[in-house]
Amino acid sequence: MIDVATKTLEMVTEDYKKSIESITKKVIICAGTGCIASGALEVFEAFKTEIESQGLDVIIDLHKEKDHNKEHFHLSESGCQGFCAMGPLVNIYPDKVLYVKVTPTDVKEIVETTLMNHDVVERLLYKNPTTGDINRNHEEIPFYKRQKRVVLGECGYVDPEDIEEYISHGGYLAARKAYAEMTDVEVCQTILASGLRGRGGGGFPTGKKWEFARIENNEKKYVICNGDEGDPGAFMDRSLMEGNPHRVLEGMMIAAKGIGADEAYVYVRLEYPLAVKRMKLAIEDAMEAGILGENIFGTGKTLHIHVMEGAGAFVCGEETALMSSIEGKRGMPSPKPPFPAKCGLYGKPTIINNVETLAAVPLILRNGSDWFRENGTATSAGTKTFALTGHVANTGLIEVPFGTTLREIVYNIGGGVTDDAGNVTGEGFKAVQIGGPSGGCLTEAELDLPLDYDNLIKVGAMVGSGGLVVMNKQTCMVQIARFFMEFTQNESCGKCVPCREGTKQMLSMLDSVIDGSANQRTLDLLQETGEVIKMASLCGLGKTAPSPVLSTMEKFRGEYESHIINKVCPTSNCKALAVITIDAELCIGCTACARKCPVHAISGEKKQLHTIDPLICTKCGICASVCKFNAVIGF
Amino acid sequence: MENQGTININGVDFPIEGERNVLEVIRKANIEVPTFCYHSELSVYGACRLCMVDINGGNIQASCSTPPEPGMVIKTHTEQIRKIRKVNLELLLANHEVSCPSCARSNNCKLQDLSRRLGVDEKRFKKTDKIRPIDNLSPSIVYDPNKCVLCGDCIRVCKEVQSVGAIDFTNRGADTIVGAAFGKSLNEVECVYCGQCVSVCPVGALTPKSETTEVWKALHDPSKKVIAQIAPAVRVAIGEGFGMSAGETSMGQVVSALRKLGFDQVYDTSFAADLTVIEEANEFIKRKAEGGPLPQFTSCCPSWVKFTEQYFTDLIPHLSSCKSPQQMFGSVAKRILPEILGVDPKDIVMVSIMPCTAKKFEAKREEFIHEGEAEVDHVLTTEGLGRMIDEAGIQFSKLEPESLDLPLGFKTGGGVLFGNSGGVTEAVLRYASEKLTGKKIEDHHFELVRGKDGMRVATVKLGEVTLKLAMVHSLSNARKVCKQVMAGEVDYDFIEVMACPGGCIAGGGQPISFETDFKAKRTKGLYKVDTMLQLHKPQDNPYVKELYTNLLGTPGSKTAHHLLHTHYHGRRRITNQNLVVRDTAAHKINVSVCVGTNCYIKGSQDILTRLNKYVVENKLSDRVGFQGQEEMVDVKATFCFEKCEEAPLVSIDNIQIEKATFEKAVEVLERQLEKYKMPAE
Repeated sequence: MIDVATKTLEMVTEDYKKSIESITKKVIICAGTGCIASGALEVFEAFKTEIESQGLDVIIDLHKEKDHNKEHFHLSESGCQGFCAMGPLVNIYPDKVLYVKVTPTDVKEIVETTLMNHDVVERLLYKNPTTGDINRNHEEIPFYKRQKRVVLGECGYVDPEDIEEYISHGGYLAARKAYAEMTDVEVCQTILASGLRGRGGGGFPTGKKWEFARIENNEKKYVICNGDEGDPGAFMDRSLMEGNPHRVLEGMMIAAKGIGADEAYVYVRLEYPLAVKRMKLAIEDAMEAGILGENIFGTGKTLHIHVMEGAGAFVCGEETALMSSIEGKRGMPSPKPPFPAKCGLYGKPTIINNVETLAAVPLILRNGSDWFRENGTATSAGTKTFALTGHVANTGLIEVPFGTTLREIVYNIGGGVTDDAGNVTGEGFKAVQIGGPSGGCLTEAELDLPLDYDNLIKVGAMVGSGGLVVMNKQTCMVQIARFFMEFTQNESCGKCVPCREGTKQMLSMLDSVIDGSANQRTLDLLQETGEVIKMASLCGLGKTAPSPVLSTMEKFRGEYESHIINKVCPTSNCKALAVITIDAELCIGCTACARKCPVHAISGEKKQLHTIDPLICTKCGICASVCKFNAVIGF
Repeated sequence: MENQGTININGVDFPIEGERNVLEVIRKANIEVPTFCYHSELSVYGACRLCMVDINGGNIQASCSTPPEPGMVIKTHTEQIRKIRKVNLELLLANHEVSCPSCARSNNCKLQDLSRRLGVDEKRFKKTDKIRPIDNLSPSIVYDPNKCVLCGDCIRVCKEVQSVGAIDFTNRGADTIVGAAFGKSLNEVECVYCGQCVSVCPVGALTPKSETTEVWKALHDPSKKVIAQIAPAVRVAIGEGFGMSAGETSMGQVVSALRKLGFDQVYDTSFAADLTVIEEANEFIKRKAEGGPLPQFTSCCPSWVKFTEQYFTDLIPHLSSCKSPQQMFGSVAKRILPEILGVDPKDIVMVSIMPCTAKKFEAKREEFIHEGEAEVDHVLTTEGLGRMIDEAGIQFSKLEPESLDLPLGFKTGGGVLFGNSGGVTEAVLRYASEKLTGKKIEDHHFELVRGKDGMRVATVKLGEVTLKLAMVHSLSNARKVCKQVMAGEVDYDFIEVMACPGGCIAGGGQPISFETDFKAKRTKGLYKVDTMLQLHKPQDNPYVKELYTNLLGTPGSKTAHHLLHTHYHGRRRITNQNLVVRDTAAHKINVSVCVGTNCYIKGSQDILTRLNKYVVENKLSDRVGFQGQEEMVDVKATFCFEKCEEAPLVSIDNIQIEKATFEKAVEVLERQLEKYKMPAE
C-alpha cells in the first residue's frame, strides 16, 4: 500500500506538469538579498503591472489557478542566482534569455519585445567587459559557463516559497528513499562512500560524523542544521536557505533517518530574516503536505524541526557554542571531548551539519555516491560554493568542483582583477584571502593550485566557510590582516585566555605597525602570540583567529617590514605613514591649501611653490581635497 | 581496580586508575601542571589553557579536558608547551591590575606565583582594557574586575556547589566580567555571602570585605574595651599564613597575638557554642515532645539561614530559633561584661574572629542590632586577623601560647566541634543523650555523625527515643534535603546544615589553600582539639552552668529567649524597598500596606488610598490631644509579608491584619491611637 505522502509527491508532480504545459512564458526574477537590494521587487511589480496592462494573463501562484485551458505568463521569484554584481536579474523561459541590471523602466520593453514577440533586448544582455562580447544566457556567460552549479542548481530556478515546485523537480524523493527503502546503516554508508566533507570549515567527513551518532544507543537524538553563517562576506548558506529551503529540510530529514533522530533544529542567525521566514514556511508546508512530522512516508518515524534564531554571535557557529545557545545558555564553546555525536544538545547524541553540507545530501541519495565523486579531487569530493568578492569584475556566489584552480576562478569566472576604479587590468593580482577570518591568503604562486581541503591547509589557508576575497596590487596586506583581526577580536567569546587576551594584543600590535610605532620586536611578538593562540585556544575559531595575520606575515613579510623599518606603507594605504609633499611641477601657488590647513603646516608665497612642514602636518588630507591641480601627493 | 592500562608521563609509566582526565594522572606523577580554572570538585571548564601538554608528540591538548587513554605518551614541558604557558601568563598580566604590594592576595596569588615559577621576567604586552568599577557594597565580599582572570571558578562554585548562581559572566567577549544579573551589586542579589567564590579565586579579584581599619580604630581608642571572640575553625587554619601546616592548632598564639595587638579581653566563641547546644537541644526536645515542627534545622550558619529565607520560606519555622554562637556570644558578653569588667556598656567593642565572610553579614542583620547597638561590632576573617598580625610585625610562629580569659574563654570539646560538618550534631547528641536518658554517658564520641560526604544520615537511639539525623554541607546538598523535606520523602528529626564544603573549617574567610587535602587536615585538627580538652560535653561547662544560675535561669526561659533566640524573615520578594506615602517627624504609629501582586489584586491599593485619606482628614493628632502638632501616623506601601494566602495584608505597629479591609484597619488604628491619648487635663 502506498502512503499518503508518497501519493502527494506523485500528485503534485502530475499537477505541476499540467500547469506548466499551459504556461506560455515564464519570467523568473532573482529575489536574493543582493537583487532585492538593487530593486528586484520593484522590477517584479513592474512586470505584473505591465503584463496586466497589455491585457495578458499573469499567474503568480501556479497552483491556485486551475484553469489549464488559458494561456499564461508565469511570473515568479527565485532565490539567489549568484551573479549579484549584475542584479536585478531577469530570466525568461523558454527563450532562455538572461537580462542583467534590469530596472522597472526596462520592463515595458522586455514585455513587448521578448514576452510578446520572442525577440531580445540586446542592451540588457550581459556584455563581457574584457572581450566586449554579448552573452545571451547562462550557457554563454563565462561567469556561469565555467561553474558547476550542483548544490546551487535549483537555486535561482525554483520558487523557494512553493513546495509544489520543489516536489515537481524531484524534491523529497530522496527523503522517501531514505525513510522507506533504506536502513540507517545504508544511509550513513552512502554518505560516507560519497566522500562528502563538512562545508562549514573543518572538512570532517560527514558520513563518519553520522556513523558516530548512529551507533550511540539513545532514544533521543538531534540533528542541527548550522545556518549561523558569520564570516564577513560569506553568504552561501543564506542563499541556500533563501533560495532552496526545502532541499535543506530534505537533507535534515535524511540525516535524521541516518542517525535515528526525531527532533531537529535549524539555527539561523537573526540577521537573515528572509532565510528565517523561508525556512519556517518550508517546515510549515512540509508538515502540511504530510512529508514531515509523524509517521513519515508510512514508516512510523517522526521528525519535528524547529527554527532557532541566533543573536548573531560569530562564535555560535562553533558547534558546542551553538548548542549552548539553543539550550538558552551563554554561547561559549566547551572542550571536546565529549563530542556532540556522543553527548550533544541537552546531553543527547547530536550531529551538526552546515547548510551547504545538508543541501548536498538529497542529491547524493538521488544520484548515488559515485555520481557525487565525479566532481572534485580524490580527497575532496563534489563541488563547493564560494562567495567571490573584492577586486574582481564579477562578484557573486559561485560553485565549482573541488580542484578548480584559483586562476580559473579569478580570471575566468571572476572576469579578472580590477583596479580601485573598477576597471579590469591585466596584471593587478596580488592575493586572495580565502576562508574569511579563519583563513589565509594565497598569492600568485598559488594561482594554479587545485583548491581542495588538504591543499589549502598545506599552504596555510583553509576552505573555511568559503569567502574568497580578491585583492589587487593597491591593497595593503597589513590593513587586510588588521581588518580580520578586528573582526575576530570583536567576536571572541571571551572564554579562553589565548583568544580573548591574545587577539586584543595582536590587534593592538597591528595598529602599531600601521601607525609606524612598531619595531622588529613587535613583529616577533606578533608572530609568537599568533602561534600560541593557534596552538592553545579552546575552539576552532580561536585556533584559526591568527591565520590571516600569520599568513600575510609569511607571504608579505616585506610589506610588514617596510612599515616598521622604513616607516613606509608600500601601497600608501596607511595614512599615518604617508609622506605628504607638494609637487613642484603641479603647484601654481594658489594658496588654497595653506589657507585651509587647520594646523598651519603649509607655507609659501602667492604664485610660489608651497611646502608642507612634516613635523606640524597631521595628515588630515584637507590640502589634497582643496587642491585643484592634484599637486598634493602622498595620500 | 581493574587494569585500565598505563600512560607514559615524561618517560615514566603511570597506571590509569579511574581518573577522569589526563591532568589527574599527571598530578599522581607529582608534577604540578599549572591551572587557573581546574578544580577537581567543579565541572571542567577548559579556558585558562595553562594545563596544555604534548600528547603523542605534537598533539597539544588541555590535560584537564582530555580523558586518559592507555598508551598515551605525555610530555609536560616541551619547548612549545613552555612557550604557550608563558605567553598565556604574559597575556593575563597585561590587563591584570598588577597592584601586588597592596593586594590582599599578595604572596598567595596563583598569577603571581606562576609568573615567578614560569619565568615571566618582562612585560611585552600593553594594557588594553579600561579600568572598571569595583563592587564593594556587600557586607562580606569585594569584587575587583580589574584583577579578575575570568577563570570562572567562582561562578561554578556558586552554581554547582552552592546551587545559588548569584554570579555569572556578563557582557560580551573582551568586555566580559563576572557579575550579578543586571549589573547589580552582590548586596542586592541572592548571594548568601558564603565566600566560596573567594576561596576558589586564584587571584585577588574576590576578597573578603576588610574590617581591619575599624578594628584598628577601636584598638587605638583608649576609652574602648575591645573584646575578641575566636571561632572554633580559626585555630586550625590561621597558622597556615605563618608557615604552619593545615590543621595545626595555634589557639595559644592567636590569644597572644590578639593581646599584643591591644585587645583587652580574648574569649572563645566555643563558649557560646556550648550555650547554643543547650538551647538548641532543649528546643529540639520540646519540639519532639510537642509535635514539631520537625525536622529542626540548625541555624548557626548565616549563609544557610539566608538561603532558607530566599528559597524555602516554608521551612523557616523549621529553623532553630537559636542565634548563632557568634550572636549569642555578643549578646551575652554585652549583657554581662560591663559589670564584670567595670565599664560602660557603650565602651565595649565586640570583635569576632571568624572563618567566615557571611558572619559579617550576620552581625549587621537588623535582628542583631538593638537601638543602634550591635551585638557584634566588627567581624574579622581569619585572613583579616592574619594581616593585622603581619602589619604589627608580630612573629606569629615564635609566640608563646597564652590562655584565654575567663569566664567566656572556657569551653568544652563539644563547642569546638562546631567548626566541622557533623560537629553541631555531635555536640547536641552529647547533651541530649544525657538529658533524654537521665544517665551520665561514658563515651562522648559519636563517630557515626562524622565524615566528609556532603549528605550523611544517621539513626541514634537515646533511651526510648530514636532520632533520625542528617548532616549536610554545601548548599546544593542542602537544597536537595530541603526538597525532600518539602515533598515529605524523608522523616529526619534534626538536620545540621553548613554552607561551606566540610563546614566552617573551609569557610570563605579562611586562609586560601591550594593544597588538595587542607580540609581533611583542618577537620582532623579540630577533632584533636576536642580530644585535648578536659571537658567534652557542653553541659559540663561550669561557666555555662553559672550563666544559667546567675542570669538565664533555665534553657528556653524568657531571659534566654530574649538574649539567645531570634526570628527570620522570608526574602523571596522585594524587601527593604518601602514606598513612603506619609512620613511624619513624630513617628508614633506605623501603617504598612502590602502592595505585592497578591495583595494588590485583592484590593490593597484601595485600602492604602483610603487609609491615607483617613489619616489626613480626621486629624488624628488633634484627636488624641496633640493639638496643632505634626501628624503622628506614617503610611508606607511595602512588598510582601510572605503570607499571600491571607492577602490583603496590613500591618499597624507590627500588628498584622490578615485578609484586611479598610474598616478592619481603621479599627486597629483607632485602638493603637488610644494608647497615645494624652491624659485629660
